[in-house]
Amino acid sequence: MDLSYGPEYETFREEVRDFIAVNRHLAPKNAGRAARPSKEGVAWQKLLIEHGYTARTIPREYGGFGAEPDILKSRIIAEEFARAGVPGGLANQGISMLVPTLLELGTEEQKRRWIQPTLAGEVVWCQGYSEPGSGSDLASLKTNARVENGEFVINGQKIWTSTAKEADMIFCLVRTEGDAAKHQGISYLIFPMSTPGIEVHPLKTMTGHAEFNETFFTDVRVPVDQIVGQRGQGWFVANATLGHERGMLGDPDALENRLVGLIQLMKAEQLGGARLIDLPAFRDRLVALQAEVAAMKYNGMRILSNQIKGEPGGMAKLIVKLQACELAHQISALAIDALGELGILYHGSAHERANGSWQWNYMFQLGLIIGGGTAQIQKNIISERGLNMPREPRLDLPKRPSAQGGQ
Amino acid sequence: MDFGLSQEQQMLAESVTRLLRELCSLDQVRQVAEGGSAVSAQTQAALAEMGLPGLVVPVTYGGLGMGMLDAAIVATAMGEAVAPVPFAGRYVMAPLALIEAGTEAQKEQWLPRIASGEVSFGVGVQELISSRDGSGLRCTGGKLTGAALFVLDCEDADHFLVADEFGRLHIVSAQAEGLELIALKTIDATRAVGELRLASTPAEGLVDDGGAVARRVIAAGRILLAADSLGGADAMIAQAVVYAGQREQFGRVIGSFQAVKHMCAEMAAKIEPCRSLVWYAGHAFDAVPAEAELVACHAKSHTGEVGRFVARAAIEVHGGMGFTDLLGLHYWFKRIGFDRQVLGGPEAVREEAAMLQGWTARAD
Repeated sequence: MDLSYGPEYETFREEVRDFIAVNRHLAPKNAGRAARPSKEGVAWQKLLIEHGYTARTIPREYGGFGAEPDILKSRIIAEEFARAGVPGGLANQGISMLVPTLLELGTEEQKRRWIQPTLAGEVVWCQGYSEPGSGSDLASLKTNARVENGEFVINGQKIWTSTAKEADMIFCLVRTEGDAAKHQGISYLIFPMSTPGIEVHPLKTMTGHAEFNETFFTDVRVPVDQIVGQRGQGWFVANATLGHERGMLGDPDALENRLVGLIQLMKAEQLGGARLIDLPAFRDRLVALQAEVAAMKYNGMRILSNQIKGEPGGMAKLIVKLQACELAHQISALAIDALGELGILYHGSAHERANGSWQWNYMFQLGLIIGGGTAQIQKNIISERGLNMPREPRLDLPKRPSAQGGQ
Repeated sequence: MDFGLSQEQQMLAESVTRLLRELCSLDQVRQVAEGGSAVSAQTQAALAEMGLPGLVVPVTYGGLGMGMLDAAIVATAMGEAVAPVPFAGRYVMAPLALIEAGTEAQKEQWLPRIASGEVSFGVGVQELISSRDGSGLRCTGGKLTGAALFVLDCEDADHFLVADEFGRLHIVSAQAEGLELIALKTIDATRAVGELRLASTPAEGLVDDGGAVARRVIAAGRILLAADSLGGADAMIAQAVVYAGQREQFGRVIGSFQAVKHMCAEMAAKIEPCRSLVWYAGHAFDAVPAEAELVACHAKSHTGEVGRFVARAAIEVHGGMGFTDLLGLHYWFKRIGFDRQVLGGPEAVREEAAMLQGWTARAD
């Protein structure tokens, strides 16, 4: 057990701290959840890339910083930006999912054309994977494309397309080989959201907001070369990066930040002259959550160490999405409970606390327990891959194609 | 940066596990338990040969000079095997008290003899957490009077380390005047706990530090009980998965039913972060003393909660057989139950964790 980063890394940490101290006034003020970065956001992203604080390992010719992968340095950057409360690099779906996919499986031309503007925040992407009839069983998707005059002609519907209204482009799974087996009939297409025949309808959720959309395709024509990988390989192309999404949903720093927010709330709010944190029932729940957050933090450090050593993440990694999403939900639940009847105030009401964000988080995190692989799918994965229990019966199990592919 | 066990630590875990698999099978545990003792003499002797009594005793006093993480790894192996042998109290808490609160003369007098196995300690510090039925020890003129409950590793102990009402630690000989030891019968047949009744019993005090070392000793005990439960839970999950892969109902192995798979997944998902937490608690005890007590509380309370869940769910996966004595799963169930309650149950320990952070406004 050695939790020191060593002198080389501590020097690097100092550099990051200095950078933040000198430049923090340039950071965008309300980065928040906006899909398209503001002018300040784009400038900030540019500055971060120039210094290697985001897009760090992406080659320079594609608009990244071009550093050798160094997990600890990436970790230090994340830690220092989080500690300073300054927004780090953009982390939208284009950057977290499309860019790694193109780097791994895109053509040279695709890499040159799309990666740089995506990193820069100039091109915003959305993801067209799930369909109303294809959630956990994503490979059953029915949105299809026939080929006509050198074009795919796409018809169908996608759901959960967050940022579809703001997006310039979509990366989209469609069935192009109607007669092929389930997993072999899918292609990974990329095309502009301005293409005629695309309609986006906001999808209002239980939070009262439309964080997602439904996207409809009617005879949408896309040149056949706007494909990543070969025809029929889309399932494997998409799977090359699904792991990135699961990783994003279990960030231990995010849990710690939420817990800190909860502690602040429970110290600031009073009931009958006592701080909420001094009321035994709530305090007990708070400490229980604190212990769980600590356990997830050290679990994250264990995963990090495994990565550094090039070892598989094992059970420690398989459980992160299930545990972290549940824990985040429980943290919000305690905030609501500790606030008592004030906990139900929402929609900008009088007496509302923190702009209703505890309620929004409580509801949205229920969505995250379901999204990105439901809790039940996670339990299948843990029991099958982690405990070697019998697999769920599956039709036409996919085989990885020998050409290209590989994670 | 390396969060995990060193090669030496992995070897330590493997060698203890291997030894326990050879000498301390469930049949052996049963035999010992049914014979009315909580100690397998054969296993204890073999562990002594490995140097276990001197595990945390500094090298200069004839021990192995290992740390709390090493001790936690050993405790995990013990829990996995439901080993009926003294450990946390006798070989970690007692020497730790002497290392941190002994005078140089006391260290020289006691530590080499602990390491060699010449003296065997029982440890009674429970009253600093909770006094039941009027228990507690009062010190007057170098003599102790009162009762200490849940004295750990008391079987065959020739000396006791006990805390008085102000947290000062004392050594008492089992032969001392006015001392009476009454064995307490618990659910867990693999652990020896007792009640020590003292009446003006002569005692040798360690340094009077207002209870600071006693709190460290309790934190160490909590880490080891958590580590023990971790090992016990590992063993129960492993048995549940094996059983679910063999038992057939409705023409299928029950492990192919999601209802059963998901119970196993939940057990694994809850226990895995506990492993990281227990390891960190062991590490912090030596390397980050400022955090040690709080993180020991977290490890104890959280692993106690998860332990209860796993103990119950693993029995359920075994169906009716899990409920019988035949499979012996109840040895783990009860050991995990012991670990949860002793040295403070989850609620009591969380209350302490809150106080450590200044989050309480108690009227007293």
